[in-house]
Amino acid sequence: MTDTPADRIARATPPAIARRVRGLPDRVIAWIFVAPTIFLLLAVNIFPLIWTIRLSFTNFAANKPNAEVKWVGIRNYTRILTDADTWANMQTTAHFLIWTIFFQVLIGFALAWLINRKFKGNDLVTTLIVIPMMLSPAVVGNFWTFLYQPQIGVVNYVVEFLTGIPADSFSMLGPGGWARWSIVIVDTWMWTPFVMLICLAGLRSIPDYIYEAAEVDRASKWRQFWTITVPMALPFLMLAVLFRGIENFRMFDLVVLLTGGGPGDETLLASIDLKREAFEKWRTGYSSAYAIILFVTVFGLASIYVKALNRVKQR
Amino acid sequence: MSAHSVTAASRKAKWVAGILVVLYAVLTLLPLLWIISTSFKSGPDSISYPPKVFFQPTLEGYVNLFTTQARASAEDLATLTPPEAWYDEIAWADGMIIVGPSRFGQRFLNSVIIGFGSTFLSIVLGTLSAYAFSRFRVPLRDDLLFFILSTRMMPPIVVAIPIFLMFRSLGLSDTHAGMILLYTAVNLSLAVWLLKGFIDEIPRDYEEAALIDGYTRFQAFVKVVLPQAATGIASTAIFCLIFAWNEYAFAVLLTSGNAQTAPPFIPTILSVGGGIDWPAVAAAATLFLLPVVVFTILLRKHLLRGITFGAVRR
Repeated sequence: MTDTPADRIARATPPAIARRVRGLPDRVIAWIFVAPTIFLLLAVNIFPLIWTIRLSFTNFAANKPNAEVKWVGIRNYTRILTDADTWANMQTTAHFLIWTIFFQVLIGFALAWLINRKFKGNDLVTTLIVIPMMLSPAVVGNFWTFLYQPQIGVVNYVVEFLTGIPADSFSMLGPGGWARWSIVIVDTWMWTPFVMLICLAGLRSIPDYIYEAAEVDRASKWRQFWTITVPMALPFLMLAVLFRGIENFRMFDLVVLLTGGGPGDETLLASIDLKREAFEKWRTGYSSAYAIILFVTVFGLASIYVKALNRVKQR
Repeated sequence: MSAHSVTAASRKAKWVAGILVVLYAVLTLLPLLWIISTSFKSGPDSISYPPKVFFQPTLEGYVNLFTTQARASAEDLATLTPPEAWYDEIAWADGMIIVGPSRFGQRFLNSVIIGFGSTFLSIVLGTLSAYAFSRFRVPLRDDLLFFILSTRMMPPIVVAIPIFLMFRSLGLSDTHAGMILLYTAVNLSLAVWLLKGFIDEIPRDYEEAALIDGYTRFQAFVKVVLPQAATGIASTAIFCLIFAWNEYAFAVLLTSGNAQTAPPFIPTILSVGGGIDWPAVAAAATLFLLPVVVFTILLRKHLLRGITFGAVRR
């Protein structure tokens, strides 16, 4: 006997309820259901955003709430945009963005391509590989400082073991130019599985008959890879890059715990610089303007990118 | 045609792929294994060079993590009654006396309260609006959905300044309620998008049958849709929980004591001497990361969906 939920419900419904008025009209229910979400998002995102815009035209300092607040027009903006330090931080951010995305796409795609050969146990290994990206970036970043310790750290030991470079001759997070690569390594370690998972979905979405047709046409494996695999997985790959790009543009937790922006300003990403201005130097007005500039940048870049993504999808 | 499909990889190709991927998995899990092994090391073992792979395991790190200790001289120790509990003995062996619990338990509890509280709220609000977006003709539907998604793109620091000021004037600074509300708002975009995808997949027929049978919309939603969306709701909940559990930026900027969660606290764990107590930090990290590993394994079927906001489903 089939017993679908609908059957069960039909049996269980007393006639009294069946005859009852239908309750509120759908339109009203829709609003009741959606309103709390929209309200909360307006209160915690849009209202603060508008507030930030307002603050960005003032010289307000949050640690001196009673001081006189003056309107300064666009002075905060001109100061930020003409400051050489801002552009240096943007370059640090760009370095971090470009190299993390480069390595994550390279390794992530390669892994997905290998996993897609469906060897025995690939599901289990995939689950294991994914673990780093689910962990707390702050706790992970903090722990990597332990692995990266100068002289006695495990990373230094492994480097000496493999290459013979003395372990006490360099410092992964200290001066010497390594720090900006150390943060790239940790981010790549953490987020490569993310790119891998999305690429894997892309590769699995390619129907077998396309390869079969290529086989019939005697296209080489190399040619199949470049004319079928890569173009068909491209929209997925681009989606992964979009997610990673947005996330790493706002990167904060992992790098704060690893380097805090140091040594000096070597790894001072824009969002860490912003945190220093806002919550250490308490230049609230100035940092509000800075925040708006970052927000407009990420939003603008993301919109342009999504347009490109849609164009690739339509092809 | 031959027995095997032309598109399936050959045996050799499978072996090579398998070995390479397993190699990567081992390599990528080594840092985590190192964290776990460090949590069982003594202080000197944890910072010895060359690093020790084999060592005498001890629970010192865990004891230090959960307790506050004071250094006692040999003469002082001699005057005291010998320790009875095993954790007292461990501290004793280092010339320490346990004087009370540490703050870690409280911070961990805060993470649990704020994590579950915000997950519950985001799931309730998220399910309601996901259902409405999925089934009703909501005016400006696509714009609202995009607006909900775009809130996730906002760098936390951008809104942190006014939220800091807002919380200060509402008395929500460093409170559980404030953090729960904040994390709920951050997680809502994920909850709405994921749940809408799951509810879209439930056929409308059942609900319509229930409506014809005289159920009100709300009854149909509670008795027909919710049970069928249970798996989707559960996996969305785990995603929200993991996010709230892992969050650092808001926690470090907006909490300092009372409602501080574990992530901003763990890096500040110091030994009595004043340096970083690595075995204790490792113990904290192990305890903090382990639940997430378990959840990740539970979630494996829905991982892809969760991390892409439902953009990629299979």
